Amino acid sequence: MTFSQQFAQQIIDGMAALTLLISFSLLAQHRMLSVLRWFAGQGLLLAATAAVVAYSTGETELYISAMMTFLLKGLLLPWMLWRVIRKLHVHREVEPLMNSGITMVIAVAVTLFSFHIIQPIEVTSELLTRNSMAIATACVLLSMLMMITRKKAITQVIGFLAVENSLFFAAIGATNGMPLVVEIGIAFDVLIAALIFGLFFFQIRNTFDSMEIDTMQSSLIQKDDDE
Amino acid sequence: MMAVLSLHMALGACLSMVIAAVAAPCLQSNPTIQRIALSALLAISGLLAVVAGFTGLISGGGSITLPLGLPWLPMHLRLDALGSFFLLVIGSLTLPVSIYSYGYLSHEKKLTPLAIFLPLFVLGMMGVVLSDDAFTFMLYWELMSVSSYFLVTHEHQYPENRKAGFIYLLMAHMAGLLIMGSFATLYAVSGSFEFSAMREASISPLWASVAFLLAGFGFGTKAGVVPMHGWLPDAHPVAPSNVSALMSGIMLKVAIFGFIRITWDLMGSGDFQWWWGALVLAAGSSSAVSGVLMALQQHDLKRLLAYHSIENIGIILIGLGLGMLLAHFNHPTLAALGLIAALYHTINHALFKGLLFMGAGAVLHKTGTRNMEKMGGLIHRMPWTSGLFLVACISISALPPFNGFVSEWLTFQTALMAPQLGGALLTAMVPFSAAMLALAGALAATCFVKVFGVVFLGHARSEAVADAKEVDMWMKFGMVIPAVCCLLLGLLPTLFIPLLDHVPQALLHTSMLSSLHNHSWVWLTPMDAERASYSAPLALIGMLLLGGLAFWWLHPKGNHIRRSKMWSCGNPHTHARMQYNAASFSQPLRRIFVDLYQPEEHEHAERHKHALLTTRVKYIVHVSDMVVKQVYQPIGHATLWLAKIIRHEHQRGIHAYLAYTFATVLFLLAVFA
Repeated sequence: MTFSQQFAQQIIDGMAALTLLISFSLLAQHRMLSVLRWFAGQGLLLAATAAVVAYSTGETELYISAMMTFLLKGLLLPWMLWRVIRKLHVHREVEPLMNSGITMVIAVAVTLFSFHIIQPIEVTSELLTRNSMAIATACVLLSMLMMITRKKAITQVIGFLAVENSLFFAAIGATNGMPLVVEIGIAFDVLIAALIFGLFFFQIRNTFDSMEIDTMQSSLIQKDDDE
Repeated sequence: MMAVLSLHMALGACLSMVIAAVAAPCLQSNPTIQRIALSALLAISGLLAVVAGFTGLISGGGSITLPLGLPWLPMHLRLDALGSFFLLVIGSLTLPVSIYSYGYLSHEKKLTPLAIFLPLFVLGMMGVVLSDDAFTFMLYWELMSVSSYFLVTHEHQYPENRKAGFIYLLMAHMAGLLIMGSFATLYAVSGSFEFSAMREASISPLWASVAFLLAGFGFGTKAGVVPMHGWLPDAHPVAPSNVSALMSGIMLKVAIFGFIRITWDLMGSGDFQWWWGALVLAAGSSSAVSGVLMALQQHDLKRLLAYHSIENIGIILIGLGLGMLLAHFNHPTLAALGLIAALYHTINHALFKGLLFMGAGAVLHKTGTRNMEKMGGLIHRMPWTSGLFLVACISISALPPFNGFVSEWLTFQTALMAPQLGGALLTAMVPFSAAMLALAGALAATCFVKVFGVVFLGHARSEAVADAKEVDMWMKFGMVIPAVCCLLLGLLPTLFIPLLDHVPQALLHTSMLSSLHNHSWVWLTPMDAERASYSAPLALIGMLLLGGLAFWWLHPKGNHIRRSKMWSCGNPHTHARMQYNAASFSQPLRRIFVDLYQPEEHEHAERHKHALLTTRVKYIVHVSDMVVKQVYQPIGHATLWLAKIIRHEHQRGIHAYLAYTFATVLFLLAVFA
């Protein structure tokens, strides 16, 4: 392993650590806008990681995906979500389902668990990015945890998008990125999903006068009973 | 040559059922031809099965591999002694039922479903006894179960029929699952679906016990062993009577066949653990007594007969259980006797229970009711049916000279001749089961005195019964055949047992022929003449002599019978409902066994002005099956309760679903990573 490769690996490992940190902060935030900010930060970091991997491995296709990630996940999606939040006036995420202390403890346990299960793979892998596999797995699980523990529909959508981000990160880590065609496809899927979510938020607010899932559910059940 | 011929005849029997099932929808436009084709093909099939069974028992059968079924598992068929015997049982009832059906179905409006599923049902039963690999066995077994479900729900316009059919289907599938588990155990040990490989594989005691328990509970459910009998008293009465005759007469026996096939044949002959025999003996004793006790309290004629099927399956199991115990304690000859007693009772029960259901069907056909409280006096209107029904009543009550006595006597002999077996429990158990058998026999006789007395004697209790007519010649002829067979099997057991003896020869490699050969055909001596012997022909002659003498003494010549009005205790009005009826006849037994029955009684008297001037008394008694109440209903409630909880879980929010997904992902990672 040459010096520059070692250096690149150091950088990638550092970025992976930052990604994990962001996942934790996403989980810990209470204010909607700061959640969004951290989410945008995760997207930018992802783009940077892709660029570094592209530089160190010399795969030009990865530059394109880094560019796409930067535009889509770093700028476009956060901007769309920000617009939704501003229009719906849901700045504060009130009362998460679970006490944040307990959530953090669970999150640490989940992270340790993913390091534990990824260990046998890391031993056999020869990729530059092998250390990031465990972190990517942890990030997927943490984003899922975020979806479970939050009440508002918007935070759940952010959790969903964060799962997608982590999967992208795992793809870079495990295989130096997926084929470009696949990546473009996924990017468009995510974009369209976000558009649909955005439309739904407005519809839901008009129908239920609330963005809380429990309220939607109870009014649905009431409707069933009325029928 | 003979061997191959008998197998080919068995295949011919199956083929004619296939033709019948295929032809039925094509002949839909002409019901008469459809009925003729159904009866004729059933009769051909039954006849071929009887001949194949006989020749298979005498000469041993062949085996054949048909290029049907799964690509890597062709259909293995084989006709051995055990299969031949059960094929004989199937054929000997299918033949009379086919003739009976021609008359019974003459007014049937929905003939096509019957004409399709009845042949498939018979085909399923024949296939089970012929099959030589587990896959073929299960295939035919399920064919039998499913087609009989459609026969049970034939009159599906009534909700209770649909309910009975559902319970039947549910329990038949549970039974099928357990049996499949038993075969799976044997497959895991032997590595092959073929029976020949399963026979040769050596199985550890633990896995043998697992296979035995699965087979026992699976086949026991299908045979209606207490407490897995819940479906039986509901399903048998609602099926058309010719189907009830086949279901009770031979379908339950096919379950017995499966049990013998797995435990006596596939798991190594005679290699039983002691508690297997004890368990079968206990199940048999409890089935025999509780079946007949419940039968006593029924007033639906076919339901009563259904409970008697449970009793008789119990008697068969007592014989099998004794055989298994004796084989374990190394008394092969006595074990062979137990097996022969069980098999003898199998064919006997097929014949007389088939006859009883056909008789009940004749009554139902002509009066339109199954309720015994509305019958009475039918002996004057349906003399043939009454006489033939009486033959079956005597046979099932185990009275000489008919066949029921022979098989129950052989079972008794097995129990009485059993030497002391190891342990106090077993020592007590064998005589206890004999006592239970005696009790069941006595109660069965009581029950059939009630049936015959209430249904055929006395005066008619309703208009429809008073106007009943005798059945047509086809139904009569269909009932005559099993009645004659009952008498022949009762009179000539010494000629039939050598045929049966091929089964223990094949399964246990012992025979009880030696003791039979020492004596003439008149005397049946299971072990040696000093200990026990029975001669049916001499018993018949003695009975005829005594009966003739008694008649001559009571009715000397010239003593004319004087007919006059009945004395009615000074009451000017007599009414048919003043007779003893089914509920009142069984009242003493309801008192004796009050703890077992726990009857719900309601009494209501209407009085006119004064406490003594009673105008009307209403008495309702209802005896429900305690097992159904104590076992089935709690299971049903628990299932519903569980379903409610799960339904509640289903209605949880999106967070719960996300949490399930999360937990599943973690679990899968932990397990597979």
